Amino acid sequence: MSKLVLKNVAKRYGAFEAVADFSLELAKGEFVSLLGPSGCGKTTTLRMIAGFMPPSGGSIEMDGKQISSASGVVPPEHRRMSMIFQSYAIWPNMTVGENVGFGLQIRKLSRAEIDRRVDKILDVVQMRNLKGRYPAELSGGQQQRVALARAIVVEPEVLLLDEPLSNLDANLREEMRFEIRRLHDEFKITTVYVTHDQSEAMVTSDRIVVMNKGKIEQIDAPHVLYGRPKSRFVAGFIGRTNFVEGTLQGSDVRFDGFGAPASALEGASGGGKLLYSLRPQAIGLSTQKPGGSGLAFEAEIVDRSYLGEYWDYQVRPLGGSKPLRVSTAPTAVFEVGSRVWLEIAPSAMVRVE
Amino acid sequence: MAMASSAIDAMPVRPVRASRFDSTWLLWIAIIAVLLFLVVSPFVYLVITSFQTERTGEFTFSNYATAYGRARYIDALFNSLKLGAASAALASIFAVPLAWAVARTNMPGRGLTRMLVLATFITPPYTGAVAWILLAGPNAGWLNRFYMMATGAEAGPFNIYSFTGLAVVIALYSFPYIFIFTTAALELVSSEMEDAANILGAGPWRTMRKVTLPLALPAILGGMIICFLEAIALFGSPAMIAIPARFNVVTTQLFQFFGNPVRVEVAAAYAMPLLGVTILLVLVQRLIVRRKGFVALTGKGGERRPIQLGRWRWPVFGYAMFVAALAVFLPYIFLIQSAFAKAWGRGFLLDNITFANFRFILFEHATAAQSVINSFVYGAISATVAVFLTLGVAYIVARRLIPFGGVLGFLCVAPFVIPGVVLAIGFYAAYAPPPLALYGTALIMILAFTTRFLPVGYVNASAAINSLNPEMEEAVRVLGGSRLTALRRVVAPLLKRNMMGAWLLIFIPATRELSAAIFLYGPNTKVASVMIFDMSEEGNFERLAALALVLQVLTLPLLWIGQKALGRDFMLRRNAT
Repeated sequence: MSKLVLKNVAKRYGAFEAVADFSLELAKGEFVSLLGPSGCGKTTTLRMIAGFMPPSGGSIEMDGKQISSASGVVPPEHRRMSMIFQSYAIWPNMTVGENVGFGLQIRKLSRAEIDRRVDKILDVVQMRNLKGRYPAELSGGQQQRVALARAIVVEPEVLLLDEPLSNLDANLREEMRFEIRRLHDEFKITTVYVTHDQSEAMVTSDRIVVMNKGKIEQIDAPHVLYGRPKSRFVAGFIGRTNFVEGTLQGSDVRFDGFGAPASALEGASGGGKLLYSLRPQAIGLSTQKPGGSGLAFEAEIVDRSYLGEYWDYQVRPLGGSKPLRVSTAPTAVFEVGSRVWLEIAPSAMVRVE
Repeated sequence: MAMASSAIDAMPVRPVRASRFDSTWLLWIAIIAVLLFLVVSPFVYLVITSFQTERTGEFTFSNYATAYGRARYIDALFNSLKLGAASAALASIFAVPLAWAVARTNMPGRGLTRMLVLATFITPPYTGAVAWILLAGPNAGWLNRFYMMATGAEAGPFNIYSFTGLAVVIALYSFPYIFIFTTAALELVSSEMEDAANILGAGPWRTMRKVTLPLALPAILGGMIICFLEAIALFGSPAMIAIPARFNVVTTQLFQFFGNPVRVEVAAAYAMPLLGVTILLVLVQRLIVRRKGFVALTGKGGERRPIQLGRWRWPVFGYAMFVAALAVFLPYIFLIQSAFAKAWGRGFLLDNITFANFRFILFEHATAAQSVINSFVYGAISATVAVFLTLGVAYIVARRLIPFGGVLGFLCVAPFVIPGVVLAIGFYAAYAPPPLALYGTALIMILAFTTRFLPVGYVNASAAINSLNPEMEEAVRVLGGSRLTALRRVVAPLLKRNMMGAWLLIFIPATRELSAAIFLYGPNTKVASVMIFDMSEEGNFERLAALALVLQVLTLPLLWIGQKALGRDFMLRRNAT
């Protein structure tokens, strides 16, 4: 049985639809991210799961029992969930130990038991030595760990995270991503994670829900989402990509400056424009005509940038008008204006929208 | 980690259709009831009473005919307006240069100047008025006597018992309002804004005229309006000075309508212009301050370098000390002299010194000591009630716990537009008659004080609550605590300081309140301010001065506590007014 089920959940403010027809099932112990630009409805969805907001339509069930619907909600304090907030919401009037022990105290555990569990979880997040400190004396990363410990120590049925890393600097953010995933692997808590940062979602999640303007665009595992985006939005939001537009002409699809046999491309049928997504990493660059079975055609280097980890080239197919972005290893150096060969595997071209 | 989660499993899963109506609603209903009682009902009764015939209660316009039927009643209305305008203008002359010097320049003694403004601010206007009677009474006043001594003239030039005298005295004790508003505004003007003008070619004076002053102007005007309103609503100083000078203002005229026999219906009718002007000007003030002032000034950041005054440092300091001399030094010197004198007119002679005045008011007078206790007890209860009530309302409003919560917030700040005198008439009209018959009880005094200071409490409470991230409470709830747990364990501890500050900001003025108290006190509920007023009518300045000083000295420890906990300037911030 699924742990958490959202059925056609909607949230409306007057005529504005913040969340529309949102359906999702989480297996027990699954880690799912809600990913999307700000204002896409991901935080609203999370707050409905937490019980802070009633949905305008649809329902939310946990362990087969309905906990939210338009006609009533179980208040957050009775949902046995826990949540990590964007601001961490560490209580500045309590020490680290008191913050972490609060939820256990509410559950009326004995003093000794609370101490034991608090110490144990503080060991896990490597904060044991700071148990007596007040939050004002902690760094951002340490506060984040307190928030994690406080949320996990109560062994929640569902753990909710609302952009928990957005207030940290870049290095710490990367470290905490792995920390969150590590804690999930250790405790196997069913988790919903809200973020606008695709790499955060990709590192942490079993599955990612990409949202846009209140609607679900696609739900898939990170590598599927990247490799086989279903819509133009998903392809553009997850990683960088080239959008190429073609039309079916006989047995070929004609793109801007190159063509491909329709039989080799997915979804190459029907009239009108056919839109494909082509990742910059999926294009090969060489000075010699490649001998493989993929598409190969000549092009000119228009512009380039060196980013340390890779080269970012702008390459225009001969006879085409718009350049394509191509990423290559830092060792593959081509001068601007030089002629090169491009190689594309037709399977790397993903039909979108 | 294999934690036994038995405690968690034991938690009941609430029925699905848990309604959004929980027990906290009862609390909200109680708050609405209290606000109706404190704010709405006195106001409604004030209006109704003004249209009622005495005793029979029939509808009539005759009260209005009586109230505006005589030329001298009308004169009193215009006197009030003139007095307000004159006081506000004078106060801005005192306040604006001081505010600029303290906030933006390297004048020496800026801390001292702030302290002296605070000393002015905590001096009740009626105490200041008494001191100025000692200073500038015709013939006997000290300034006149020094003048005669120095020049050999027959008579001194000063006469406190005049329109000018009254305006000066009121201005001297209300200029801190303008000072507070102006310093707050000037402290938000960053040096970078002035630098921007300089680099485009404007000199220091042009910069001040074109940039700094216009930025502060809304605040100055806002402060002047508060001074104006303070002046027209004031009862003590006009009663002590205008009545002997044989002219009336609205408040003294209202007091006469309240004399034997009490004509509350006429008083209510006569209070309407005062109420109307106040409401209008408060709206104007809000508009001015909001429109141009603080929107433009939100540009924070950028350090503020003090303007170098050069050789003007000492003249500017001199002016600050001149204002301080008028408001603090001279008045207190002669109040102290009088309090320790057998007869104040005999001056600073050794054989004129006595402790008898203090002994008399503290131990021998039948009610003086009790009146001080009353002041403190009523003030403490009112402050406590107001702080908790406004905190509750501010919380409901900030967290949108009920629809139309904004109405509650409005009710909390509404008393700001009701002058103390008018509020007292409303309370009298609403609660003096049966069935409640509260006239002369401690309760009616406490209720009136509470209502008067609700706005101060509310402004502070809502600022404090808005500074709290709601996620702090959500974190409690998601871990299984109720809203009340969140309030008790997180909100209350975090707001302790703010609540104490708000309490002091209410308590201190409540212990000095006169304009409402004078209409509502009974034989057993006399407060210190009323006592001082009575003594001034008896002309007993030595004992009066002693009592006024006792009241001031008792305030000092509270001030000290407030400054320790909340910072030196806690009374001189914008939310204090």
